[in-house]
Amino acid sequence: MNRKILIAMLATTALSAPAAFAEDATLTIESWRNDDLTLWQDKIIPAFEAKHPGIKIKFTPSAPAEYNAVLNSKLDAGSAGDLITCRPFDASLALYEAGHLTDLSDMEAMGNFPDVAKSAWQTDDGSATFCMPMASVIHGFIYNKEIFDELGIEEPKTEAEFFAALDKIKEDGSYIPLAMGTNDQWEAATMGYNNIGPNYWKGEEGRLALIAGEQKLTDEQWTAPFATLAKWADYLGDGYEAQTYPDSQNLFTLGRAAIYPAGSWEISGFNAQADFEMGVFNPPVQNAGDTCYISDHTDIGIGMNAATNNPEAAKTFLTWVASPEFAEIFANALPGFFPLSSAPVALEDPLAQEFLSWRDDCESTIRSTYQILSRGTPNLENETWGASVAAIKGTETPEALGQKLQDGLASWYEPQQN
Amino acid sequence: MSRPSQSGTPQTVAQAGAMAAAAPQAAAAAAPATKKRRRPHLHVVVFLAPAVLIYTAVMIFPLFNTLRLALYTRIDQERVWAGLANFQTLFFDPIWSEQFWNALGNNFWFFLVHMLVQNPIGIALAALLSHPRLRFAALYRSAIFIPTILSFVIVGFAWKLILSPIWGIAPSMLDAVGLKSLFAPWLGKEEYALTTLALISVWQFVGIPMMLIYAALLSIPEEVLEAGEIDGITGFAAFWKIKLPLILPSIGIISILTFVGNFNAFDLIYASQGALAGPDFSTDILGTFMYRTFFGFQLQLGDPHMGSAIASAMFAIILVGVCIYLFGIQTRMRRYQL
Repeated sequence: MNRKILIAMLATTALSAPAAFAEDATLTIESWRNDDLTLWQDKIIPAFEAKHPGIKIKFTPSAPAEYNAVLNSKLDAGSAGDLITCRPFDASLALYEAGHLTDLSDMEAMGNFPDVAKSAWQTDDGSATFCMPMASVIHGFIYNKEIFDELGIEEPKTEAEFFAALDKIKEDGSYIPLAMGTNDQWEAATMGYNNIGPNYWKGEEGRLALIAGEQKLTDEQWTAPFATLAKWADYLGDGYEAQTYPDSQNLFTLGRAAIYPAGSWEISGFNAQADFEMGVFNPPVQNAGDTCYISDHTDIGIGMNAATNNPEAAKTFLTWVASPEFAEIFANALPGFFPLSSAPVALEDPLAQEFLSWRDDCESTIRSTYQILSRGTPNLENETWGASVAAIKGTETPEALGQKLQDGLASWYEPQQN
Repeated sequence: MSRPSQSGTPQTVAQAGAMAAAAPQAAAAAAPATKKRRRPHLHVVVFLAPAVLIYTAVMIFPLFNTLRLALYTRIDQERVWAGLANFQTLFFDPIWSEQFWNALGNNFWFFLVHMLVQNPIGIALAALLSHPRLRFAALYRSAIFIPTILSFVIVGFAWKLILSPIWGIAPSMLDAVGLKSLFAPWLGKEEYALTTLALISVWQFVGIPMMLIYAALLSIPEEVLEAGEIDGITGFAAFWKIKLPLILPSIGIISILTFVGNFNAFDLIYASQGALAGPDFSTDILGTFMYRTFFGFQLQLGDPHMGSAIASAMFAIILVGVCIYLFGIQTRMRRYQL
């Protein structure tokens, strides 16, 4: 008797579930951006649902450090959401190759993005793009305007002006010229080498030539940034060897340091912490009038689970993600994360707007080590961290560092082997 | 005064024999009939089962599976038998072997600092604490032992702050006594970072040898010391000539615990220097090297097979170390019957 009731109950739930789907398509989004939960719930999802009745969105983020592992196990178990937030490069490429992500190349909305934006979520030959680019971060130098005014310093445009400004701050003696440490290593590579480097290797031109094996890391354009970094050491704070990333952030926001080699993601944090006016300048070029290059690094994309039950609804959502409307909401709610579509977006935050404006004047590129080149052992990105630190500390010459990186890369990367 | 003797003197053997002889009698008395002799074994199995099962599931199986995993490699999403190729790469490929020997060398230095600093200080503290006329001994004992129960993350973070050249109290304290010139960003310098971390670890764990030695010292009977006193052995001489020989077995145990702990160490380095064990791998030990390889780091994807090879090498090193101790030192150690 009891068992019959139980079976009946099970049967009704099983029958009623698909009925609910037929009316409303519910899309679940997997993401590591749990910081953005309120933004999605209060702004992005209502804006989308207002325009597309019949599609419900659920944003279900997990902790950033666990995301890759959680997502992989969910995908293998078949319980992953319909839409998947994509990490750039190999992590997502592995998902595509395992058949978990759908090829989105033929979607019309893909045309809204420039090639460099799509490169983070493409197969090596560029034939398939499997995630819609969502946001990037841009590198530059954030500075304390009050200190610049006090010492009568203008935003430097060239490297000579940059070092002249640093000298002036150092001479004055009241402030640390550059807020950066080498303890955590990655800042030296990300905010140092890959910040100023594109001006030397000419952005995409150099990056793609390196991937193709036409340039080597021992070439002048790849070792010169190390030589420039070596000059930074004089302008860093006392004991910079043990200065961590949060230390640098605090030094700057407390007004004790003048210039902060930055990524645009710092904007919202700095806005909240610093009570002085901030400005920002792009990595200085070598000679006045040179084309400037910026690291406009692709960071977040969104793709479709190949096993989704609602491919049409999911594609509708992805198309909307590619629209200017989404870009506007997203970029203003998260200053420092910039939409990647070609359509112009107006930002309210002046710092973010300044970062974004460089796209018009400068050539965009991504971090040189991220695509393909960090697949093997030794890992080029990790090696670059160590090399950038060694360059700043002056423990090795730029040429020796270039040689070391080149040897490591050539040990497993075929195009670099001849 | 007690008679020095090898472990397993006729006296102890005789005692053990007496106890062993007593046991079957008790068992026979408990079991009414000889036919039911098998039954008592059943409860042994039942009571051991949970521990054995859990231990097998979470320790023995993973251990052997790790050893097995080290013999495979991954080619195009397929797991392929590789034999000892991973070990060959680890020991002979310059890219890997350089990191491995660096980590092993650092590990030995880490161990050496503990042996030379932590254990002597621990013994000295225990000797002071066991002094009968010391006041507030319980307070000191607890204060010194407390860091041991703190999390590595807290210890790593607190010391990073103390030693920070920007906010730390270390530079200002040195400044106050006019020794500012001695300060250096220790954790950020290749030549000091590992020693600094080892000393932090010593600070954290000095309570363990202290407690073990303290317990050993307390177990020395008063009569022995009094007998020594009558012979004119007091103060320092009493410590060197009577107490130290009596606590040697405890020191041996502490050494082996330190060895195993240090060669398995990972947490403190990871919490304070990150998985890349900076600056420039100068604090890289086998644990962080294994973690980085096994789980991957930043853009480097994890390689469970190479990681297992490193884990197996660590296992082998610890095994050899423990065996040297067990068969080479412990069996020759003189034990004293008290």
